[in-house]
Amino acid sequence: MNRYPLWKYIILVVAITIGVLYALPNVFGEDPAIQITASRAAESVEDVQDRVMARLEEEGIEAHSPEILEDRLLIRLTSDDDQLRAADLMRDYLGSDFVVALNLAPATPDWLRAINAEPMYLGLDLRGGVHFLMQVDLDASVSQTLERYQNDFRTRLRRERIRYSNVDVEEGRVQARFNEAADREQALNLLQPDYRGELDFSQEERDDQYWLIAEIPDDVMQEIRVAALQQNITTLRNRVNELGVAEPVIQRQGSDRIVVQLPGVQDTARAKEIIGATATLEFRMVHRDNEEFSGQEDAPVPPGTVRYRHRDGHYMLLEREVMLTGDFITSASSGIDQDTGGPQVNIRLSSDGGNMFNRATRENVGRPMAVVFIESRTETQERDGEEERVRVVEEEVINVATIREPLHSQFRITGLDSTTEARDLALLLRAGSLSAPIDIIEERTVGPSLGQENINQGVMAVIIGFVLVVLFMAFYYKVFGLVANMALMLNLVFIVAVLSMLQATLTLPGIAGIVLTVGMAVDANVLIFQRIREELHAGMTPQNAIHAGYAKALSTIADANITTLLAALVLFLFGTGPIQGFAVTLSIGIVTSMFTAILGTRAVVNLIYGRQRRLQRLPI
Amino acid sequence: MWLFKKDPNIDFMSHRRLALIASIVLLSVAVGALLIRGLNFGIDFTGGTVVEVGYQEAAELSSVRQALNEGGFEDAVVQHFGSAREVMIRLGPRDDVEAAELSNEVVATLREHDSSVDLRRVEFVGPQIGEELTQDGILAMLYALGGILIYVAFRFEYRFAAGSVAALLHDITLIMGVLALFQITFDLTVLAALLAVVGYSLNDTIVVFDRIRENFLKMRKGSTEEVMNASINQTLSRTIVTSFTTLLVVVSLYVLGGELIAAFALTLILGVLVGTYSSIFVASASALALGVSKYDLQPPEKEGADQDEELQRP
Repeated sequence: MNRYPLWKYIILVVAITIGVLYALPNVFGEDPAIQITASRAAESVEDVQDRVMARLEEEGIEAHSPEILEDRLLIRLTSDDDQLRAADLMRDYLGSDFVVALNLAPATPDWLRAINAEPMYLGLDLRGGVHFLMQVDLDASVSQTLERYQNDFRTRLRRERIRYSNVDVEEGRVQARFNEAADREQALNLLQPDYRGELDFSQEERDDQYWLIAEIPDDVMQEIRVAALQQNITTLRNRVNELGVAEPVIQRQGSDRIVVQLPGVQDTARAKEIIGATATLEFRMVHRDNEEFSGQEDAPVPPGTVRYRHRDGHYMLLEREVMLTGDFITSASSGIDQDTGGPQVNIRLSSDGGNMFNRATRENVGRPMAVVFIESRTETQERDGEEERVRVVEEEVINVATIREPLHSQFRITGLDSTTEARDLALLLRAGSLSAPIDIIEERTVGPSLGQENINQGVMAVIIGFVLVVLFMAFYYKVFGLVANMALMLNLVFIVAVLSMLQATLTLPGIAGIVLTVGMAVDANVLIFQRIREELHAGMTPQNAIHAGYAKALSTIADANITTLLAALVLFLFGTGPIQGFAVTLSIGIVTSMFTAILGTRAVVNLIYGRQRRLQRLPI
Repeated sequence: MWLFKKDPNIDFMSHRRLALIASIVLLSVAVGALLIRGLNFGIDFTGGTVVEVGYQEAAELSSVRQALNEGGFEDAVVQHFGSAREVMIRLGPRDDVEAAELSNEVVATLREHDSSVDLRRVEFVGPQIGEELTQDGILAMLYALGGILIYVAFRFEYRFAAGSVAALLHDITLIMGVLALFQITFDLTVLAALLAVVGYSLNDTIVVFDRIRENFLKMRKGSTEEVMNASINQTLSRTIVTSFTTLLVVVSLYVLGGELIAAFALTLILGVLVGTYSSIFVASASALALGVSKYDLQPPEKEGADQDEELQRP
């Protein structure tokens, strides 16, 4: 009766094999590596891979197993020195089109990677890094939208000489007041067709005046919010790329929050500066003397002109006078030119902006116009040994286009090289009009030294706790204790394997969860063994006692574990970050321990005692 | 080795009045500590900034304080964290707009005095996040207890469910009382530990209840009280052994796991001790006080009997 059919052993062996295989990548450690990403969508890392590898070989730097993950090129190196050298070399070699970052790549052998076995993903508290939670002020972007409508209304009513007494924004609606019903009628006829789908108009009579009320419909409002959030995420992603972080995480959380995680970043001050940068745009005419001037960095400039650097690296002369700034842009999107099939960027200005732009471009048809992208941020700099906060402004020309005709509130930029360039430009234009302000509402930074300490201490706690429990079990339950210890060991392997397979994030509380599981996992065996002792005590034969012990303890084990699982589940649902890590390891540990402690130990016990018909005593 | 050579025969049930008095005394101390001293909430709940820095050599707290005072951080709480070389600085929430910049300024100030200062950790929690975490924490506790109440009521009987929840409330109150008494920082990890204690303590209680349920059917003779006594005695070895192994690991976590999870580990240690006590003395006694009798558990037992039969097939 204490024999397992072959298939149960097969299941066990298969489970153990899979567990060991997937836990294995964690013992290989990490290789120093450099990571290359394209800073502009026009470039692709696939194209440079061979060049990069050849260049490294030329310099005698031993590089191996280049790998492209999503859009990152990861190159493994043999030593930290090589890593630094290679990174410096590549920065010079690839220039500003690519971002080179230091990284650590799992040193998993190829045959393991072939079956998708990867090591556990370490949380920021273990590897060091910065975690920001940012709140996007979406209400601000909605009220900015409303203000833009308010200005538009005023301008248009004035232009059409419709007499109004006031236009204001109140309670999320734009309200225009008229003294005459006829004026309102005219205004409605003027405005309604233009804002179809954007605004809902309604009318009221109050305080002896005629009101025209425009409201943003709920679905449009939702779109504005989603767009503002998405825009912020895209802008943040661009800026983070600039930081050269190895594996950044930029994610939406809830309806108005963004999580930014920058593993390995130590200089949090700089990270905050770059993330908190604000960008604007300026449209300026290219100066007539630009041709003779181009490319020179230090020649004197004629009066009325400003020298700007183009993204491609050369310098340009632009006129001092600004034609238009980015705040007037209401939307920018990339598309296809209907006539030529080439890529283009569609830009929409507010009607104020449209008028200004029309006047400015009318006189300049046929001449080139430049778009200047301006990013400003506060930086901490050292001056005379003292740290000082300085506002740094970076300006660069992102596009030059020839004005073909006087432009209005809607126009497009064509003649772009590729669709990716169009996408980039649209993105920058939108970033330049970034409307919703963001605030950091939570920060958790762990320095790299503390991260390593956390790992060491955590692992030490697991090992010592494990050894203590193992000693006690062997001492208290003898052979059966040893069997339980095998199960416990297997349980650890399974926890690590499952965490690796799920690529769940291992945090410090997660390690604590593993420690706790080690202590509690033996409970199932304690219950079983105690039951076997009882049955032996009651006079059962050893074989019967083994059988009865396992059978009777089963429902108790299930009940007890399900309730613990329930608590872990609640933790997972309500916890954040590290706490969820604890819940995850605890839950995994409970489930795997049921498997190892019940099925695993039974299999071994059956193997040892199942065939001994005349078993007299049990070493328990 | 055997803890008890024979099943022990301790009359737990008749001592339950003594246990009741002990629990009441302990609970009043705990509630008193909670009311008078209050929990020392961490920035996870109050909002604020914590900066941990490392020095090359043992740092004088007074000079760190002075440096911070000069830098305009008069409200900074400065203390050693783990060792004499690590210093933790805690700042309350500020009305300044640039709250997120606070940590940078603190580090800059300290570096002016000692350029070798190493930034180990920064935690900044905005006030709105603190409020949310508090709400979520309370909700989590309520949902956990509610879920357990339902599960135990479903598997056993409602009076057992009430008994187990009484034991859990008893445990949580006692632990929070100790935390308040010693002003141990109550942060998110401690909350997580409390929920783990809920799971652990319940685990213990369920094992005892399970045996009571079994014995209610098996022991035809004997009063409800006697059956409960026998059940607790029969599971006593297991209760002690499991508590001991769990204690082994949480103590090693406390000793070796580092300062960051010390409070977490301490909560677990308290939880294991109190949880063991409560599953022996509080849970069963509460169920008994609510009038559980051996005739109450007939239907669910059938379910258990089915399982046993299925197991015999192989």
